[in-house]
Amino acid sequence: MIDVRNLSKTFLAPHEVRALHNINTSIEAAEVVVVIGPSGSGKSTFIRCLNHLETPDEGGHIYIDGKDVLDSKTDINKVRAEVGMVFQSFNLFPHKTVLENVALAQRVVRKRPKAQAREKAMALLNKVGIGDKASSYPDQLSGGQQQRVAIARALAMDPKVMLFDEPTSALDPEMIGEVLEAMKTLAKEGMTMVVVTHEMGFAREVADRVIFMDQGAIVEEGPPEHFFTTPDHERTKLFLSQIL
Amino acid sequence: MSLNVKKSRYDLFWKSTYFVIIGVGILLLWYATKEVEYVWRWYRVPQYFIADVEVNVRAEIEGEVARIERSGETVRITVEGRSGEKETYPAPAGEVRVYEGDFIFPGDILAVYEETRPGILLQGLWLTLKVSFIAIAFGILIGLLGGLARVSRNPCLRWLSITYIEFIRGSPLLVQIYLWYFVFGTIINNLLAEMGFSPISSLWYGVASLAIFAGAYVAEIVRAGIQSIHRGQTEAARSLGMNYIQSMTHVILPQAMRRILPPLAGQFISLIKDSSLLGIIAIRELTKATREVVTTSLQPYELWFVCAVLYLILTFSLSMFVQYLERRTLI
Ligand SMILES: Nc1ncnc2c1ncn2[C@@H]1O[C@H](COP(=O)(O)OP(=O)(O)OP(=O)(O)O)[C@@H](O)[C@H]1O
Ligand SMILES: [Mg+2]
Repeated sequence: MIDVRNLSKTFLAPHEVRALHNINTSIEAAEVVVVIGPSGSGKSTFIRCLNHLETPDEGGHIYIDGKDVLDSKTDINKVRAEVGMVFQSFNLFPHKTVLENVALAQRVVRKRPKAQAREKAMALLNKVGIGDKASSYPDQLSGGQQQRVAIARALAMDPKVMLFDEPTSALDPEMIGEVLEAMKTLAKEGMTMVVVTHEMGFAREVADRVIFMDQGAIVEEGPPEHFFTTPDHERTKLFLSQIL
Repeated sequence: MSLNVKKSRYDLFWKSTYFVIIGVGILLLWYATKEVEYVWRWYRVPQYFIADVEVNVRAEIEGEVARIERSGETVRITVEGRSGEKETYPAPAGEVRVYEGDFIFPGDILAVYEETRPGILLQGLWLTLKVSFIAIAFGILIGLLGGLARVSRNPCLRWLSITYIEFIRGSPLLVQIYLWYFVFGTIINNLLAEMGFSPISSLWYGVASLAIFAGAYVAEIVRAGIQSIHRGQTEAARSLGMNYIQSMTHVILPQAMRRILPPLAGQFISLIKDSSLLGIIAIRELTKATREVVTTSLQPYELWFVCAVLYLILTFSLSMFVQYLERRTLI
């Protein structure tokens, strides 16, 4: 489903930083991949390159569902419509109600009729458990509720892949559970997911594979059982001992 | 509690002081004008707003007055020419100056009546309103495009926008009005004449100079508004598959609008006041109209105050309207 070849990313401003260094990996359909690593290791940069929110260095390739994401001939908007993204800071549209947040892109990008878009939005809001907040505005919601709206908003496009960049890091502890629950449901339904998170419990329980990144490179990857119990690399062991 | 009582007592004191200062100010002005022997004649002002004008109904042919019919408020005067042709002149019932059977020549006055027409000041006010309104509409359009170009990634668009903004903000409006009228205006009108078209009136050069002047400031306001919206909003919109235009129109601009409105109101209030400069290119807007009336009436004190108050009414209405818009976009 996703194929990443020789992906590198160098930020030039404010000073030169090699955020990603020759990344190669593949993600199968219906696979749930959790990306972990210390702060500044390039996890966000990696996931943001996947839907071209960041432009990687020349020479790398990303294929999603067979389409070359970085090729200038590819209609990037079409690719992005198939790739849902959930941000750490929710990024809901504050001037629109919850329902409109979920319906907007359906109408604008998918050109669905208003009634159909609203119906779908309502169904998704019910699915993530906040149907009763449909006519509220985002800032009237708790963080956990906002993040669930953001998940519903991404799902409304019927994406083939969902990207999550630390979806629970901005949440109070008591709200983390409700968001993870929604993500688990999604994983069980067979969604292809790439999740950057510090929630090791989630990684153990839901991930098919864990990728450990450090200093812009993939240090180690493997199934969670193996990864958490008998990691191969010293760097991984050190990291795990620090967070577990 | 005692603090509150104390506060309200001082409050009353300062409020009274305010009115005393205003009252003393007016009194001083009045005495001062007495000293220079100025006679206030406010009663002379209304005629410049609404004036009764005598209108003459004149015959267009030579002949005999055949019939004068009165029906209520109107009269119909029929003139029969030599060769039997008839012309009928309707007029409101005023003074009819001819009798049936009179022989008349073309240009002779048949009847006189009074008509109420807007005076010079009202005409000037209307012109100021019209010029400002058109200039504001174009100013918004130019400013929006300029602002979008200013934040564009395309260097050509961005540099064009920067050049435009810096040029316009770097020279006095008065000079720009002269440029528009005497330089571009002359060139354009000459070209039009060569191609056989009629010239564009100075009004439109005035509107152009105001709109393009305001547009530069609006562009900067729009830029600041767009840049004040968090980057995450664009990213969220784009990650859903919206293109640049869709994310601008549905996500960024509606949010930016709320922050743009207050500085925009200030800009357009300036524009209304700046329209007073257009008098120099023979556009008879409110200030020029006032100047003309002052020279004929010799009542400058009243008229300049009236002029100022009229501008105040325009600008105050505009700021009220924008406040209403702000409340409406608030959630
Ligand atoms: N827009 C940017 N401009 C310049 N440098 C950047 C930018 N974004 C990230 N970087 C740099 O790239 C490196 C990787 O950052 P990235 O955000 O991908 O790390 P991360 O693994 O997501 O960290 P965290 O866990 O703190 O979110 C860091 O050194 C960071 O300073
Ligand atoms: Mg990050």
